[in-house]
Parts: sequence; C-alpha cells; structure tokens
Amino acid sequence: MLKVDSEKCIGCGVCEDQCAFGAITVEDGCAVVGDTCTLCGSCVDACEAGALRIEEAESGRGTVDLSQWQGIWVFAEFRHGVVAPVTHELLGVGRRLADQRGVPLSAVLPGSGVRGECDALIAAGADTVYLVDDPALARYREDVYGRVLEDLIRCYRPEVVLAGATAIGRSVIPQVATRLGAGLTADCTGLDIRPEDGTLLQTRPAFGGNIMATIECPDTRPQMATVRPKVMAPLEPDPARTGQVVEVEIDAGLLESRVEVLETVVSEAEQVNIQEVEVLVAGGRGVEGEKGFALIRELAEELGGAVAASRAAVDSGWISYPHQVGQTGKTVCPKLYIACGISGAVQHAVGMQSAEVVVAINRDADAPIFDIATYGLVGDLFEVVPLLAKKIQERKK
Amino acid sequence: MELLVCIKQVPDAKDVRLDPKTNTLARDGVESIMNPFDRHALEEAVRIREEQGGTVTALSMGPPQAEEVLREAIACGADRGVLVSDRAFAGADTWATSYTLARAIETLGSFDLILCGKQAIDGDTAQVGPGLASRMNLPYVTCVQKRRQVDDTGIEVERMMDDGYDVVRLPLPALLTVVKDINEPRVPSLKGKMKARKAEIPVLSAADIGAEKECIGLAGSPTRVVNVFSPEPRGDRKIFTGTAEEQVDQLIEHLRDYL
Ligand SMILES: Cc1cc2nc3c(=O)[nH]c(=O)nc-3n(C[C@H](O)[C@H](O)[C@H](O)COP(=O)(O)OP(=O)(O)OC[C@H]3O[C@@H](n4cnc5c(N)ncnc54)[C@H](O)[C@@H]3O)c2cc1C
Ligand SMILES: Cc1cc2nc3c(=O)[nH]c(=O)nc-3n(C[C@H](O)[C@H](O)[C@H](O)COP(=O)(O)OP(=O)(O)OC[C@H]3O[C@@H](n4cnc5c(N)ncnc54)[C@H](O)[C@@H]3O)c2cc1C
Repeated sequence: MLKVDSEKCIGCGVCEDQCAFGAITVEDGCAVVGDTCTLCGSCVDACEAGALRIEEAESGRGTVDLSQWQGIWVFAEFRHGVVAPVTHELLGVGRRLADQRGVPLSAVLPGSGVRGECDALIAAGADTVYLVDDPALARYREDVYGRVLEDLIRCYRPEVVLAGATAIGRSVIPQVATRLGAGLTADCTGLDIRPEDGTLLQTRPAFGGNIMATIECPDTRPQMATVRPKVMAPLEPDPARTGQVVEVEIDAGLLESRVEVLETVVSEAEQVNIQEVEVLVAGGRGVEGEKGFALIRELAEELGGAVAASRAAVDSGWISYPHQVGQTGKTVCPKLYIACGISGAVQHAVGMQSAEVVVAINRDADAPIFDIATYGLVGDLFEVVPLLAKKIQERKK
Repeated sequence: MELLVCIKQVPDAKDVRLDPKTNTLARDGVESIMNPFDRHALEEAVRIREEQGGTVTALSMGPPQAEEVLREAIACGADRGVLVSDRAFAGADTWATSYTLARAIETLGSFDLILCGKQAIDGDTAQVGPGLASRMNLPYVTCVQKRRQVDDTGIEVERMMDDGYDVVRLPLPALLTVVKDINEPRVPSLKGKMKARKAEIPVLSAADIGAEKECIGLAGSPTRVVNVFSPEPRGDRKIFTGTAEEQVDQLIEHLRDYL
C-alpha cells in the first residue's frame, strides 16, 4: 500500500504530476492516493519531501535461493516444419545476456522429428540444446508443452527463460510461470541484465503502447519473459560454433493430454504472420473493397512486406481477421507501416504506433493518423498507392 | 451448464493519451469500460446458456467501482455479478490476480466452462486466462475464434494461430480465452438494463475467499513495476505537399533506407 506521511507532505503536487495512472491528487495541502494506484513507485522516487513510501505485507513465498538458478534459456518454437524466426532473435539477445552474466545459453526444443534443427540453434548462439523429441509433441497442445517445459525448468534451474510473444508462447508460458511461482513479463521490447545480481530488466509497452514499464522479479526464479517478435536482432549464423545436444527423456505420464487437436488449418493468406514482417501496408475503409486491397497487396509485394488492415476493413469482409491491427486485433511493430485510407482511431493506433516509421496516405488532411505518422501524404490513395508501387519498382531496376 | 465469465474494468483507450507537456497519461475524464474482449467472452457464455440452459456468472476483481461492469454484464445477459474487492488486492500482478480469481471461483461453486477475454487493454499481458486455468487444473485453449460445438462432455473450438487455426476438442470443465471474431456482442435490452439496476452485487473480500495474505496484492506478486516512462517520440516528422507525384517522390527520398 502507498502511504503518505501527512507530517512530511508539503502538498507540492510533484507526485500528482509524476503519476502516470492519475492515482494521486493533492487535497487540502496533502497527497491523497486513489484506487488506480498500481504501486509502481514512481512517486516515491520523485517526492523530495520523503513523504511517500510503499508498505508491503510480508511475502510468504519465502526467499528462493537465487544462486541455485543459473543460465539463460530460450524456448525454441517449432511449427509446421520450421523453427519460428523469433527463436533466432531470442538466441541473439540471450547470447548477449549470457555473456554479460558469464553463464551458458541454452535452447529447449520440444517437438516431433526436430533433431535436425539442433545444429541451426547452436549456430544461432546456443551452447546447449535440450532436445525433447516425441510424437506426442507433434502438435501444439497447451498442457503437454506446459508440463514438459515445467519439468525441464525444475530439473535444470535456469535463471532466465525467454519465449517469443507468439500465439504459442503467450499461451503456454503463463501456465508454466504460474505453477513455478515465477514472475512473467509479457511482450517485452527491451531486455537487460544487471551483472552483479542477475536481475533481468524487462521493458514492455502497456496501455496500448502509450506507456513503457520496466519490470523486475527480485525474489523469484526463473525470471520469465515473452518477447515481441522482430524487436531483437538475431546473430549471423555461425556454422563453426560448437555446442552440445542433451536429449531428454520425458516421463510418459507428462505427455498425456486432455486437449485433442482434431485438425490444423494453415490458411494461405495467413502464412505471413503480420507480427513477424518488416514492412506492412495497411488498408482501411478508404480502400473501399477487395479491388482496393489488390492495390495495397501490390505495394506490399513491391516492398517485400505483408498486408494489414483496420477493423473497418475487416468488418466489411474485405480481408480476414488475422490481418487486423489494433486493440481488438494484433499489435505490430514493423520497421515500416504504411496506412492507406485509415483515419487513425486510437483503437487502431495502439496496435501500430510502435512501428519505426509510419507513413499515412489519406485524403483528409485533418485525419488523426497524421498526428502519429512520420511522413504524411495528403491525397487520393487510388492515385498515390499505384504511383508509389510503380516508382519503387522503377527504382529497383 | 454453469458458466463463469471473468470481466475486467479498464480505462477507455480513447481517453488514455499521453500529455506531451507532463509526459503522463492524461487523466481528466478517463472513463472506465468493460474490457472489449470480455464483452465477447460474455456474449459467448450467454449464447451457450440460451442453447443449453444454466446460468452465467460474471466475476470481476477490482476496486468498488468495478461493480459498474458487472451491472453492465447483467444488462447484457449475465444472471448475476460478483465483485472481489479488497484493499489488500492492490498492486496484484497476473500471478496474484489468477490466484485471487481462482480462490473466488472456488468459493462460488463449480463451473463447467470459464471464459476470459484474450487480453485486457490496459495491462495487455494475456496471462491471466492461462494462469487461472493452471491454478484450477483445467484444460484450456487461448484465442478462440469460433465455437463449433458444445455439450455436457466437451467443447470443440477453433484456436487462432499465427498462421491459421487449429480445431481443438476439450473435455469439460475447461477454460477458454476468446478473440473478437467469435461473435458480435448484443446491446443491452431494456429488460436487461432494468434487471441490472436492481441487481444486488455481492462483494467478496480477501477473507471471504480464504485468500492467503502472502499470495495476493503486491506481496503475492513476483513481478515489480520499477519504472514507468513514455515511449520515445517519433523523430523527424513531415507532411508532404504538392501533387501526388511530388509527394511520392519526396516520400521515396525519405524512405531511402527502407526500400
Ligand atoms: C472496443 C473497440 C475496439 C476496436 N478495435 C479496433 C482494432 O483493433 N483495430 C481497428 O483498426 N479499429 C478498432 N476499432 C474501431 C476504430 O474505432 C475505428 O472505427 C476504425 O479503426 C476505423 O477504421 P478506418 O480508419 O479504416 O475507417 P474510417 O475511420 O472510416 O477512416 C477511413 C479513412 O479513409 C480516408 N479515405 C477515404 N477514401 C480515401 C481515398 N480515396 N484516399 C485516401 N484516403 C481516403 C478517410 O479520409 C478516412 O480518414 C475499435 C473500436 C472499438 C469501440
Ligand atoms: C504498466 C504495467 C505493466 C504490467 N506488466 C505486467 C507483466 O508484465 N506481468 C505481470 O504479471 N503483470 C503485469 N502487470 C500487472 C497486470 O496488469 C495485472 O495483474 C492485472 O490485474 C491483470 O493483468 P492484465 O491486465 O494484463 O490482464 P490479461 O491477462 O491481459 O487479461 C486477460 C483476461 O483475464 C481476465 N481478467 C484479467 N484481470 C481481471 C480482473 N481483475 N478481474 C476479472 N477478470 C480479469 C479477463 O477476462 C481478461 O480479458 C502490469 C501492470 C502495469 C500497470
């Protein structure tokens, strides 16, 4: 609980300004804390009068002997014959963390018929690959994958476990963290480690990217995080790197599942996951229909990117839901996002505002999308989009 | 069929704006709403009840004013709303939140199906659903985009994946988290609104649900938010002028590094 020492408080209002959650107001010359307080502690640091402090109930989980936990782990996600690109990104950042800490980097690879992937994981930075190759792992099932990971983590005790913030990562990792009593930070975009004590500094966007928060897990291990695809850089694969493969036998009981996967449908259109590409060209209501989306698709192809959409376009049936960006769709952060005929409603903006460069093409110069765009083109998209595609093509020649 | 929906009250995104001067979230007139994904979870529960009979319970953990979303849930078809509220819950991360919700659900009775939204639009973690399932030892599926079939023995759903979808069958009891595609939520009926106004919303405290002190609130949270700051503003920004061709040329010039 955040406590205000009314003797010390001078009612200056610094805490009120500091609070990102609007939880503090100054009333009658003294700070008053409201229900929206998240106990983030920003105000405590800002208070010059030393009038604020966070009072904690005794934590009963007891202190974990942190020194018992060592090494950095990456969950290697394998689906439809390939290791997800985010795995290589995680090995890239994992390598840096492991070197800073002076500990090994390992990949955990559950799947069926995945033995052939181990070398590539070592080339991408892993010192050790824990291989769990079993037909029961052929299809992703929450319970089995969760138990396998939990079992390995309990056995080998890594201090950090990283997974991609993908459909699978975000589904299985919370289950594992819950049972391990471990802290889990979602969808991180920044990771650092404090070499002295091994604390993982996990930075992530929240409130639809409107704020960034840094999160630590001071008393528990492992420190677990899912990491947003396309944010971390993979290493250049080095086939000369050496490492060991540890094949792990899993107790058959752990492989029994209550979840039955009846069918797996890979849709042509969704083969490109919009969260994993560097360039997105997005269409909104202004695109007016499937014909308009053909223009959007041509530009995307010219740029080697994929097609995204606003909810208005999805709800109109011009493109399917997996392409929707925004609050009730996906959060994306490509290097380049080109919004065509999208007004820039906040529910759309929260899904794309962390893109490196945003280009807006809209005929309404007052459209809010221009407030979040790096570059704006005011004009008719039916003229601008084909022209842009043509000029890029000419440039490539 | 006994159904339970977890509903979180969240600040409306359209009000959550960074004040460029103070670099904090603008707070004046921030309205609270039902988390958008939870609306779809509720709708699905109500539809299942309409087909199969049973009851729909809406459950929320939050400050006293979170009662509002439970009334709204009743207006949209829930049979009852229950609020779990206690100062001791403040500062809960997803670990402590799933613990608290699990205790509350166990206190309320047994349920065949628990529905959550995929994600809350403020905390944005999508961790509470799977965490809750794991605490209650329930099979679960996240990101359900379609319900194909449900009966007393099990449920068959489509789980949205990054590259398509899987068709998955689970025995009941089970837990699902849902995405927007699953349904189109109804607007509250007049009758529903009246029922909501009159409804009594019981409030459960930490003691009522038998929660252990060290598992709730900040004390029960392994994660600590140690710093909150605003994202870096976009560097150079330009709105081009001129004919379409002139604007396109300028854009290409500026995008050199990306082409
Ligand atoms: C709870 C909730 C959740 C939501 N979640 C999402 C979400 O996840 N994602 C999302 O996108 N939205 C979401 N929305 C909807 C959002 O509020 C907007 O309604 C939606 O983003 C609008 O889509 P749009 O910009 O394509 O359409 P509009 O707002 O109609 O904008 C169309 C734009 O196209 C421009 N235009 C038209 N013709 C042309 C032309 N020929 N050339 C150039 N420009 C042209 C117009 O000037 C206009 O700016 C949500 C809303 C709610 C309430
Ligand atoms: C800036 C910031 C960053 C944070 N980052 C993390 C983090 O990385 N890891 C972490 O563990 N915690 C984090 N938290 C704490 C987290 O927001 C809270 O634990 C919150 O109570 C639940 O998480 P969520 O909002 O992400 O919900 P989600 O897990 O996204 O919610 C999914 C679903 O669970 C149900 N649900 C969630 N909360 C409730 C509730 N109170 N009552 C009823 N149903 C509910 C709803 O059905 C909802 O749709 C953060 C908090 C802040 C302020």
